Amino acid sequence: MELWRKLANPWGQEVLIGISWNLMWAAIVFGLGFVAVHFVWARAKANGTPGSDHAESNSSEGWNLPVKILRHAMSERVFHWLMSATMIVLLVTAFFPIVGVQFAWVEIHWIAGLVLAVTILYHIIQATVWQNFWAMWIDKDDIKAGKLELNNILSNNEEEAPKAGKYPVDHKLFHHAASVSGLLAIATGLLMMLRIDTWFGLADPDRVFSDAGWGVVYVLHGLGGVGLITLVITHIYFAVRPDKWWITKSMFFGWITRDDYLKHHDPERWVVGKKEAPGQAEAGSNDSGLTYSEGNRST
Amino acid sequence: MAIIRDMISGFELFQPTAVDDAIELLSRYGDDGWVLSGGLDSFDWFKDRIKKPTAVVDLTNVEELKGVRISSDGVEIGAMTTITEVSKHPHLLENYSILAQAAGHIATPQIRNRGTLGGNLSQDTRCWYYRSGWPCYRAGGNVCYAGTPTSMNREHCITGASRCVAVNPSDSAPALIALGAQFVIRGPGGEKIVEAQDYFMSPAVDIQRMTVLEPDELLTSIRIPTTWSGAGFYYEKMEDRKAWDFALMSVASAIKMSGGIIEDARLAVNGVAPFPVRLEVVESFIKGKEPTDELGMAAGQLSLSTTNAQPLRHNDFKLPLMRNLVRRSIRGTEG
Repeated sequence: MELWRKLANPWGQEVLIGISWNLMWAAIVFGLGFVAVHFVWARAKANGTPGSDHAESNSSEGWNLPVKILRHAMSERVFHWLMSATMIVLLVTAFFPIVGVQFAWVEIHWIAGLVLAVTILYHIIQATVWQNFWAMWIDKDDIKAGKLELNNILSNNEEEAPKAGKYPVDHKLFHHAASVSGLLAIATGLLMMLRIDTWFGLADPDRVFSDAGWGVVYVLHGLGGVGLITLVITHIYFAVRPDKWWITKSMFFGWITRDDYLKHHDPERWVVGKKEAPGQAEAGSNDSGLTYSEGNRST
Repeated sequence: MAIIRDMISGFELFQPTAVDDAIELLSRYGDDGWVLSGGLDSFDWFKDRIKKPTAVVDLTNVEELKGVRISSDGVEIGAMTTITEVSKHPHLLENYSILAQAAGHIATPQIRNRGTLGGNLSQDTRCWYYRSGWPCYRAGGNVCYAGTPTSMNREHCITGASRCVAVNPSDSAPALIALGAQFVIRGPGGEKIVEAQDYFMSPAVDIQRMTVLEPDELLTSIRIPTTWSGAGFYYEKMEDRKAWDFALMSVASAIKMSGGIIEDARLAVNGVAPFPVRLEVVESFIKGKEPTDELGMAAGQLSLSTTNAQPLRHNDFKLPLMRNLVRRSIRGTEG
């Protein structure tokens, strides 16, 4: 399988053009293959352990928690859906013409890319200035949980892994993979805008790099793009899985239930309520509304 | 070290006698196949060793693709009809003289004897960066060598560019657009008919193709309705020399007059964009008006603004050229 596209110039020298479209198909096959394998595995696991999906959640004893717990503020949800829409537009405009669905895609593609770049910039600033930047960082507990879960998958064990902070380790891994692919595609895409007529100027293709240098830029852009194909396939798959619906729902409505919070999260790592003194157990929960906290220990 | 390019790479030559056989061959070879009509575009590519098809499907022996057929609905011209025949056919000269005139401006008598109408319409662009084997967008690369601020782009486009700035070289295309022609395309899925202006591909949609033809499809004929038969026609081709040259720009118009007023009109220009451009806004603008020089000037100016024409580094001259050709095409017709 060829990985790169090269063309010869009039002197017979080979010039790097971009990635081979075989990689696009590889990304699709890999993404769908992962989905298929996970689907079969999850089904087999559910059949082997009846009722496991309905395991009782932890007691809220000792925690003063509301019924609904805010997981994603409105600004985060708007960011997420705007980013999702632009990502879909970018993937469609990038890859549909390659598979034969032809339309005038260039202008739509760079405008969508620009919107994505702005939303990502907003997200970076928001996460750095107003949110707990380290909430998405992988820490020792995440590594321990990840190892245990992996071990459970490979050995069919049912050892309980430590509960997650605000973001489970698989979410963090996805976030970081999407960040690398996305930032690679955005950074190279912004450079590639120099090669086409845009609102900001006419094409000046000789600027910045030689043909060989631009070849590398196109390769990196392509790698970022095909990486996002796999990531988007898997992301959508998990988003529509019934056992993950509680998270997906929170991306629509913002909140998760107290039960889901206690079932999936460690209140010590994602602090949203106050720990009560032993004598205050009768006030173990409050039903008065929504609570949201990034929390100092929110990881 | 210079590359020697005087020997054609080997390929398998097929000479079918029926359209269906040709299509079957093209389907079999896909992107590795090549349609050979007159050979005047193809052999340049082959001898330069820039295009190296595995199989060449020569249409010379497909009789059903040849000739001019007259009916009550108009005229149907087989795609393999020679340009000489088109330029000298009595019925075309009498009723669709704009096409005969355009055909008569193509290249030289020898080339017109060998070249076909379908080949003239489907030929590749003449951008010399592309034709010289530079790995540009149109060749599958990621740059337009003609579109840079330092490129030699005197002959290139002033509108319709999307990364590629090459122009369509066909002389007959604007005449057929002005005549409201339809192109008949046949492929494995059957026959389809497209309007003349829709036959040509914008680089915004597919930068590696000049036409909508898929690798396994053939342009089989061109149908011209009677709608514009006997209308007032104007055709003009501007070129650097008076023979054997590609157009810097060409214009074709068909105008129906009624009582000294323009009743209906169709205008097309070529050499301004990567595809022939029909000037529909100009057509609407001139309808119901007298074809005066003032109207021609206003229409010429409108043709620039409506196409958002912008020159490249070396083709500013194309702006007044387009303005004046459109002006003359309105002023110069006789209804």
